[in-house]
Amino acid sequence: MPRVLFSKTGNGVWISHLDLMRLFQRAFQRAGLPLKHSQGFRPRPVVSIALPLSVGVQSVCELLDFELDGPPVAMEEIQARLNQALVAGVTVQKVYEAGRKLKELALLGCTVALEYDAGVPAGCREAVEALFHQARLLVEKKGKNGPQEQDILPMLHSLDVVQTDGCTLALKAVVSAQNPALNPMLLAAAVERYLPQLRPDFAHCRREELFDAQGQQFR
Amino acid sequence: MTQQLQRILPTVQKPARYVGGEYNEIQKDPATVRVNVAFCFPDTYEIGMSNLGMRILYGVMNQMDGIWCQRVFAPWGDMEQAMVENGLPLWALESQRPVKEFDLIAFTIGYEMSYTNVLNMLRLAGIPLRSAQREGLHNLVFAGGVCAFNPEPLAEFVDFFSLGEGEESTVEILSLYDKAKCQGWSKEHFLREVAKIGGVYVPSFYRHEYHKDGSLSAIVPLEDGVPTKITKRIVQDLDKAYYPVKTIVPSTEIVHDRSNLEVFRGCIRGCRFCQAGFSCRPVRKKSPQVLYQQAAELLENAGDNELNLSSLSTSDYRGLQELMELLFPYCAEHKISLSVPSLRADNFSRALMQKLQTLRKSGLTFAPEAGTQRLRDVINKNLTEEEILTTCANAFSGGWNNVKLYFMLGLPSETDEDVLGIAQLVYRVIQTWKATASNKKRGLRVHVATAFFVPKPHTPFQWEAQITPEEYMRRVRLLKEHFYSKSVEYSYHAPDLSQLEAVLARGDRRLGPVLEEAVRRGARLDGWDEYFDYNLWMEAFAACGVDPHFYTTRGFGEEELLPWDPIDVGVTKDFLRRERHRAYDGQITQDCRHGCSGCGANTMLKGVGCDA
Ligand code: SF4
Repeated sequence: MPRVLFSKTGNGVWISHLDLMRLFQRAFQRAGLPLKHSQGFRPRPVVSIALPLSVGVQSVCELLDFELDGPPVAMEEIQARLNQALVAGVTVQKVYEAGRKLKELALLGCTVALEYDAGVPAGCREAVEALFHQARLLVEKKGKNGPQEQDILPMLHSLDVVQTDGCTLALKAVVSAQNPALNPMLLAAAVERYLPQLRPDFAHCRREELFDAQGQQFR
Repeated sequence: MTQQLQRILPTVQKPARYVGGEYNEIQKDPATVRVNVAFCFPDTYEIGMSNLGMRILYGVMNQMDGIWCQRVFAPWGDMEQAMVENGLPLWALESQRPVKEFDLIAFTIGYEMSYTNVLNMLRLAGIPLRSAQREGLHNLVFAGGVCAFNPEPLAEFVDFFSLGEGEESTVEILSLYDKAKCQGWSKEHFLREVAKIGGVYVPSFYRHEYHKDGSLSAIVPLEDGVPTKITKRIVQDLDKAYYPVKTIVPSTEIVHDRSNLEVFRGCIRGCRFCQAGFSCRPVRKKSPQVLYQQAAELLENAGDNELNLSSLSTSDYRGLQELMELLFPYCAEHKISLSVPSLRADNFSRALMQKLQTLRKSGLTFAPEAGTQRLRDVINKNLTEEEILTTCANAFSGGWNNVKLYFMLGLPSETDEDVLGIAQLVYRVIQTWKATASNKKRGLRVHVATAFFVPKPHTPFQWEAQITPEEYMRRVRLLKEHFYSKSVEYSYHAPDLSQLEAVLARGDRRLGPVLEEAVRRGARLDGWDEYFDYNLWMEAFAACGVDPHFYTTRGFGEEELLPWDPIDVGVTKDFLRRERHRAYDGQITQDCRHGCSGCGANTMLKGVGCDA
């Protein structure tokens, strides 16, 4: 099954997972690339997105699998036509045949940016680093049965804390991507909970790269 | 550093509705734009983007050179709060610029309960509410939509109204504004000139006077030469009219999330309670060939897989069969599902429903509106019990087990017998199911819903009194007690909202201060249960010394001067009066296909007959 590598940036980040599926279904149609349809009473065009992305999170490494109905079209051609039919903020970077099995996708590289409008406080980087070097780190996670305490450290594979500019502290992390997945925004939640004096004015997140269990780039 | 709005967006529900940037959105180079129009829909994005009128006029305005029309919607409560806390004024989606910077502020208003949104949106934009407080040409406010057919409650806030279909008049209005801005006219100068455009009503050119008993005594023109009657505009030839075949595809789900094709305008039926039915006359159709062409363009431009054929009563579209023959193969080839709402229970429609399989999708839906044939004759709702039961029997034997029935309570001349007639009709539907169902195991679901009758201007019932909310609730309980079967699910509209709707629908200028007061006290998004606050409204009425019953339970005298009398929607007052009397006599009036009943709307047509 062919696969699309796409990015979601700018105002594209406000499109929810379900809406993004609809957006792609329509974009394929507008691009004159009819999709295979599901069986059943109301057939729907099938597209599947690898790891649902939370609203508000940017990404440069989203994957979408699809199957065309009709004559084959060159991959570069599909890319060009899709990009014509998509909206600003959702951009196809590459279309390719036969990506790896999604179950081999294990890790996610991401950056959580903590913004301090009055400048990153002195000692902030060190304090944040120390926070993630404890034996365990309980964070409240919204679950089906209400909020639950969860130790996030087993799902945090590596972390680099760097100050990228005077006002931003970046947490460059590699986290578990599935079974179970760690929502990277919980790293910001941990800072807010345990270091209230270092609570950022705003935090946002970006997915940077996908890896397999061996740490090799996943496509 | 992340800007303010981008920081707010993660904290609100459905942020995608605030950022624009959808497919087919119109962007223009600000340097080439002479007139900026903020086109406001006084409800949420999901409702507004589902509105065909808005899509048409957005396209019409943006086709003009030097004009940029941008969209504005009412923010949901969470966003509104964040805007207020952060001092962020209301903005337009396309450029994200504050509404206050726009030359013209346009509203399209289709529902009385969104009046507070009109005022609240002006407030959030930082624009003075009253026209008298806004000087010069900047921030001129104008409005159209069905509610403009009784514009008086908004008379103090809106500088001018554009009545009827706006495809042509909007172009005339904007061209005049373009000239006025270029030549530096005063607001008064512009209003005097714009009033000369057909269908334009400038409320500040008239004074309303009242009798001691509170009824309207005179509408006095304040300037020489202003029209005493303002006739709504219509499009003569829909085949040649602009239709938005390349239209915005929202990136987030909206209420009507599909391509929409309007097949004809006006209604041949004449249900006596229906404002749209009368005020959208005369009846004009589009040709099947034009529709087919537009359908293909619409679907290709949007990438939709569903097409809706819309109108007030699509089974009455004269070219339906021909259009279907054109559309079926196209839709099959492109895997498009067709939806045809408001199909009637006649034979052709039944066959069509089966073909479209709409039954399976939505179940059977009927709107008999009244429980007895007597009352259905009074309201001229041409749907018999036999038709309902035959259609049900067919569907039940085909395996369907779901029916929805819609009624109104509080219709003129309604008695308890009519109320109980609803229960009887429902009982017969259940009996029919027992007699014909092919699969009884799954059981039957009958959804019954009642709405509270709201008398509307420009209908034969425009003079009628509305019953009190208490009496409505008594009838609701009476009906409820007479549903014995477990298959019945009964829901009813809350009376409070419909009472206010009735006040605003037939309101006059004395409601302006009430609206202002209600908004000051926090009213907005009144159409939403989450926000509607009846007590707040009652306090606003009390504070302004206005009695809501004056507009509801009192009823209007047939000889009384009505606030909307100067507005001519094509259907004559004589005809409405005649229809009212026929209603009292229990006499039905045939639909236009069986003969013109002389409503008067045909006089608006040049060169073609009505419903030709
Ligand atoms: S003029 Fe006659 S045909 Fe036309 S809408 Fe009125 S009643 Fe119907």
